[in-house]
Amino acid sequence: MTSDPEGWFDDAAGPVVRPYAMTRGRTRSSSEEKLDLIALVVAEDRSEGEDDGLEDAVFPHTLSPEHVDIVELCRAEPMSVAEIAAELDLPVGVVRVLLGDLLDAELVRVSRPVPPAQLPDERILREVINGLRAL
Amino acid sequence: MVFGRSDKRHRPDVEPVALKILVAGGFGVGKTTLVGAVSEIKPLRTEEALSEAGRPVDDISGVESKHTTTVAMDFGRITLREDLVLYLFGTPGQDRFWFLWDELAQGALGAVVLADTRRLEDCFGAIDYFERRGIPFTVAVNCFEGADFYPPDTIRDALDLDPSTPVVLCDARDRQTVKEVLIAVVEHAMATTPEEEAAPAVG
Repeated sequence: MTSDPEGWFDDAAGPVVRPYAMTRGRTRSSSEEKLDLIALVVAEDRSEGEDDGLEDAVFPHTLSPEHVDIVELCRAEPMSVAEIAAELDLPVGVVRVLLGDLLDAELVRVSRPVPPAQLPDERILREVINGLRAL
Repeated sequence: MVFGRSDKRHRPDVEPVALKILVAGGFGVGKTTLVGAVSEIKPLRTEEALSEAGRPVDDISGVESKHTTTVAMDFGRITLREDLVLYLFGTPGQDRFWFLWDELAQGALGAVVLADTRRLEDCFGAIDYFERRGIPFTVAVNCFEGADFYPPDTIRDALDLDPSTPVVLCDARDRQTVKEVLIAVVEHAMATTPEEEAAPAVG
């Protein structure tokens, strides 16, 4: 594969470079396959402290402010990967890498999404229909 | 010193289930409007950096230009129950982002193809995509003011759809009609048994 000598100058490269500085250049995480756009992320209880400034005591120093932001976001309610990306205004790829770190540190857990290529069972679909009707 | 607290905020004991429905259609047909009509949050926008979005590196065909580095996806959320959440994803309208659809389509319950009778051909691509992958979809005709009215059967013929594919009329701004569209999508998904159609997505 030859690289395109025309590509990745100036503006073309711009938006890609800065966000990935937060991940120290990593573009993949080991937990990627778990991190579907709608996989729901929940902060683990042990990272839950008092609301007033216990973070320093609880979060390892290796975490970036963005890591901490993610944990904070996922504390109140489960948040999808897509929502976290939108909320923090970060590319989904960056969020995936950061979430991988948090998973490794056991600061968050991810709910298992419905396996791809397999529809949720009929009961759930019925509940969806009823839920939509009741909106 | 950190004191343990046992009275943590209560979370549902059941693992929450998240489902997604895709909203596809030509550029400017009203996808974001439709998502906004039912979403409990203002449609959010997230960006995917293209340099790595081809993660399943199998399909970069059709990407003539690599100059654009990010693409936006709009999405909304409907919490049906504490532990049941439906996400709506507006797929990127431009053809050159097809390969991003593969990730979006993975695990999707079904799809809405939003059509405008004045530019019916704009949704051919989306219909083709879902047909080839066996993803159950419903065609929703966004009834723009000033557009001629066509009965659903005429539209079905014009789009050469399978007789079982629902065609519904809607107003993408109107919550009630959009709800009907989504219900049609889920009902159609229920009626479609995925058996042999669930061929692995190729290319």
